[in-house]
Amino acid sequence: MKDSRIVITGVGLTAPNGNTLAEFRGNLLAGVGGIEQIEVRYMGPQLAGVCHFDPLKYQKKKEVRVGTRSGSISIYCAREALADSGMTVESLPKDRTGIYIGLTEHGNVETENEIYAISKFGYDTKYWSHYHNPRTVANNPAGEASLNLGVTGPAYTIGAACAAGNMGLIHATQMLRLGEVDFAICGGVSESIHTFGIFAGFKSQNALATHAVPHEASRPFDLARNGIVISEGGCLYTLERLEDAQARGAKIYAEIAGYHVNSDASDYVLPNPVRQTECIRAAIRRAGLTPADIHIVNTHATATPLGDVQECEGIRAVFGEGCPDTHINNTKSFIGHAMGAAGALELAGNLPSFDDLTVHPTINVVNLDPLCALPGLVLNHPRKVAKVDTILNNSFGMLGINSTLIVRRFVR
Amino acid sequence: MTKEECKKLVLDIIADIAPDEDLSNVKPDVRLRDQLQLDSMDFLDIVMELRKRHGIEVPEADYTQLASLDSCGEYLTPKFNALAEKR
Repeated sequence: MKDSRIVITGVGLTAPNGNTLAEFRGNLLAGVGGIEQIEVRYMGPQLAGVCHFDPLKYQKKKEVRVGTRSGSISIYCAREALADSGMTVESLPKDRTGIYIGLTEHGNVETENEIYAISKFGYDTKYWSHYHNPRTVANNPAGEASLNLGVTGPAYTIGAACAAGNMGLIHATQMLRLGEVDFAICGGVSESIHTFGIFAGFKSQNALATHAVPHEASRPFDLARNGIVISEGGCLYTLERLEDAQARGAKIYAEIAGYHVNSDASDYVLPNPVRQTECIRAAIRRAGLTPADIHIVNTHATATPLGDVQECEGIRAVFGEGCPDTHINNTKSFIGHAMGAAGALELAGNLPSFDDLTVHPTINVVNLDPLCALPGLVLNHPRKVAKVDTILNNSFGMLGINSTLIVRRFVR
Repeated sequence: MTKEECKKLVLDIIADIAPDEDLSNVKPDVRLRDQLQLDSMDFLDIVMELRKRHGIEVPEADYTQLASLDSCGEYLTPKFNALAEKR
């Protein structure tokens, strides 16, 4: 079981530019982003990626009222992934199903809301909601999904800053291989646009994007990039051992080929290209591949002036020479930075490349920063390519957490 | 305030905390939990909303007084009226 092949059999997502994989992919190929202006408490209008799925598709009104936004996102994505996988709530092996959801942060939204609410009552804490604790425990999004689905197996979250989306898939892969569960629902979610703190924090770091035209604000690799556009979103996958998926005749999107997770151990916020390079190389090694075998590299780049350059330095060290079939793109240019959901969403946006042999571009690059000029960078327009057998997805986060995940075309 | 007006205020609160429920046929003499999907957290919601919206305090020892609409009317109406006099 340790060496079991693990495959992706379902995808459920909500992104600022799509609530299904087909819609999301269509917009990535058509150059359609999803950034808009929202009102942020204490800060006024800010740019953000907002999801427009209908939570009442899978929840009662009361559940939406009692639960959290990330809980609703998790439930929506889990249910969509399950339906896509061909499984049903009834057929799900409840006690042998694991729910593993990556998070950048959780609880800030709910805590800010409560503090704001009691501010209307002279900060008297007797007006503090009795729902505060179940809303803010770190396992909330996974727990809400388990309640909704009736899953009685392990359901918890993985805190890994903006590397978390990949971590959900990596952890699920490990748990399936350990035989802890037989079916996994995994990925990442984020409700971050509903907390002013994350906007104010990035603004204080001089890392919050501003732009007169919302959909042009997220511009990784462009000389005029000026920071992050914060987004909400979610993407959950169903993962299974290959033999289980085949036994039930499941559609297989891709196979988990390799992964690696490491830490910079060098700074609270500044990335470390040396460690990122180590992470990428280790994932490729684990997959039994060489850099030249990687056909799509989806970058983490968030459009901060320094972060993009640092990541490009790391990617150049691995793919800079001798990789003519490696194409490099970025999804945040469309949807902003979906935090804990980013890695999972960005992988999903590239999965259809196995079928359509097209690499979606990174958009909003008017003047390419020479320091980000990587060979193979797909700029502004989709690129038809000869082959896509592997996709490498990078997600890096604060406190120096790095995750790289590689998936390969499924071959029997 | 009459008891009927008081019951209407309680129903308004329940409409917000249990938005999926049909409240058109709530029997005033039957326990709310026996006819609606309300759990202990929902009852805490009723207590909280009485406090927030109307300045009414319901001590924990008196929670059983909120069991039905009729008992709410009996228990809360004097509280509402006392508060109105104070104001």
